Amino acid sequence: MKAFTQVTGIVAPLDRANVDTDQIIPKQFLKSIQRTGFGPNLFDEWRYLDQGFPGQDYTQRPLNKDFVLNQEPYTQAKILLTRQNFGCGSSREHAPWALDDFGFRCIIAPSFADIFYNNCFKNGILPIQLTEEQVENLFHLVTENKGFTFTVDLESQTIKAGDESQSHLLDEIKFDIPAPRKSSLLKGLDEIGETLVHSDVIRAFEEKYHSANPWL
Amino acid sequence: MAQTLYDKLWQSHLVMDRDDGSSLIYIDRHLLHEVTSPQAFEGLRLAKRPLWRLKANVATADHNVPTTPDREVIKDEVSRIQVETLGRNCSDFDITLFDLADRRQGIVHVVGPEQGLTLPGMTVVCGDSHTSTHGAFGALAHGIGTSEVEHVLATQCLVQTKSKNMRIWVDSPLSAGVTAKDLALYICGQIGTAGGTGYALEFAGPGIEALSMEGRMTLCNMAIEAGARAGMVAVDQTTIDYIEGRDYAPKGENWEKAVAAWKQLHSDADAVFDRDIKINGAAIEPQVSWGTSPEMVISVNEPLPLPENEVDSVKRDGMKRAYEYMGLTPGAALADITPDRVFIGSCTNSRIEDLRAAAEVAKGRKVSPKVKQALVVPGSGLVKAQAEKEGLDVIFKEAGFEWREPGCSMCLAMNADRLEQGEHCASTSNRNFEGRQGYGGRTHLVSPATAAAAAIAGAFVDVRTVMNQGAQ
Repeated sequence: MKAFTQVTGIVAPLDRANVDTDQIIPKQFLKSIQRTGFGPNLFDEWRYLDQGFPGQDYTQRPLNKDFVLNQEPYTQAKILLTRQNFGCGSSREHAPWALDDFGFRCIIAPSFADIFYNNCFKNGILPIQLTEEQVENLFHLVTENKGFTFTVDLESQTIKAGDESQSHLLDEIKFDIPAPRKSSLLKGLDEIGETLVHSDVIRAFEEKYHSANPWL
Repeated sequence: MAQTLYDKLWQSHLVMDRDDGSSLIYIDRHLLHEVTSPQAFEGLRLAKRPLWRLKANVATADHNVPTTPDREVIKDEVSRIQVETLGRNCSDFDITLFDLADRRQGIVHVVGPEQGLTLPGMTVVCGDSHTSTHGAFGALAHGIGTSEVEHVLATQCLVQTKSKNMRIWVDSPLSAGVTAKDLALYICGQIGTAGGTGYALEFAGPGIEALSMEGRMTLCNMAIEAGARAGMVAVDQTTIDYIEGRDYAPKGENWEKAVAAWKQLHSDADAVFDRDIKINGAAIEPQVSWGTSPEMVISVNEPLPLPENEVDSVKRDGMKRAYEYMGLTPGAALADITPDRVFIGSCTNSRIEDLRAAAEVAKGRKVSPKVKQALVVPGSGLVKAQAEKEGLDVIFKEAGFEWREPGCSMCLAMNADRLEQGEHCASTSNRNFEGRQGYGGRTHLVSPATAAAAAIAGAFVDVRTVMNQGAQ
């Protein structure tokens, strides 16, 4: 698993609630049997004016200039600011794969769907939950100061201006994150390897459990 | 201390609490399909890790498969490679696979319960968000991502933190012509698509006890649409009767032991829920979604809602965007919308009871000439065979519906079954997201009976009115 410690980067504002994983990466791209290469099709139906399909030369496709990720400097964004219930719907891990492949390392929203939230951590992406009011203020900040950067630090659980000269525009924000999520993301450990350390405990549980439930 | 059903299921599968506050939870059943598993098998190979418990795993191909009779040769090369990859992975790791030649093949969430692979008291996972379906059996069931698919294959466990408890109490049975699907949609409308986020959701009360297993599966299936990754219903005689005699269900002495244990799988009378919601089941009317989120839903006879009445500005913007995408006008009537296509199927509504309900409406009637295509896609080969035994296929075909082979089909349009840009669809599936059923397609989520009524009327109408009018 990829670690996350700190990231400094441009914040892209995606001003929509209930962004579902079908929008993050449409179904036709789920036919791939790889984990990489989904970035060009991130938000495919919003980013392009034509219909996308696997294997297409995306550099030739007509772009939707109104979509935030097609506007400079957001093509270089590393942090996504969005609204509530981000990542709802399908459990497809292709969604965080696509966000990661595009270059996003951190997503800030008032709430996330459970499965998506979980999948982010498996891929070194930090989802940060703030209050609706905090998110609203950040939307004002980054739309009024296009290209504004944040520095997100996981150890100290803080968000601040990425550029020292802009620090007067943003008071440092403290964010909460469940302790187990924080420690595993900081270390970027191989979670399966970590679990297999406890193989004896799992085996002992299994033996007792199956003798109590012999039909399983 | 009094426990909820979820507390009991959590506790019985708790392998250990970890130092960081999370827990290792044991997984009894792992269902696999072609879309979310290839990268997990590849991960196992790279790390040279074996399967922890072979017999916990069962696979079937569903998302990509064609539903036409010649489906065993998949023409779409990318889809074919994915289905073949599942076959190769199952063969390499010796996992039981219901492939396209097997009559047990079908949608993974139809196949599991049908085979008795899903049992009360189990933890059931699958790389698919609609795994919540299996909670209908008093099981703890939820969708997982591909990294977790690999984790389960290698360790038979998941690292979890406990969810909060939520209960939806339905105080009375649903009225005639109103189904579990209408209840599920109504709940999405009431609590919103994030209403259940962070909760394990139990459905209980007289309105739930009156539901068949098919109805309970439909309801738990859509718990995820209300934000809860796991939905569940306590075990009762309806559950036990459904399971008895199924291929993978316990037999003989084990059956007796299992039934005794399963009868404990309910929330204690004095259990406390973090959130408890009461719903008047009898008051619910047939539901139709109008927008691009399952919470954008109204009763069939209500006018489309006015964005200006919505106080929350983010929601109001969402409604306006949905109206634009759907090509609809606030305040209009559902009866003014013509479904270009009708889809009866998906892991939500493709079981035998769903097909019977749709066939009852279709019988002796004809699909409206305004409708370009009306598809019926059974959830599994066995559902299809049962429906044919009952003559439902003949009823559908005589009415002008197409009778197809099992698979996920137009629910997510990974195969050839899809909407064209701008088309409206009366669909028994679970998600009306933009583009879900095809690029630019416009989905209206409904029950099988309402979908059949929409096909006949060429409009979104009250199925109870259609039935009262008698056959044509």
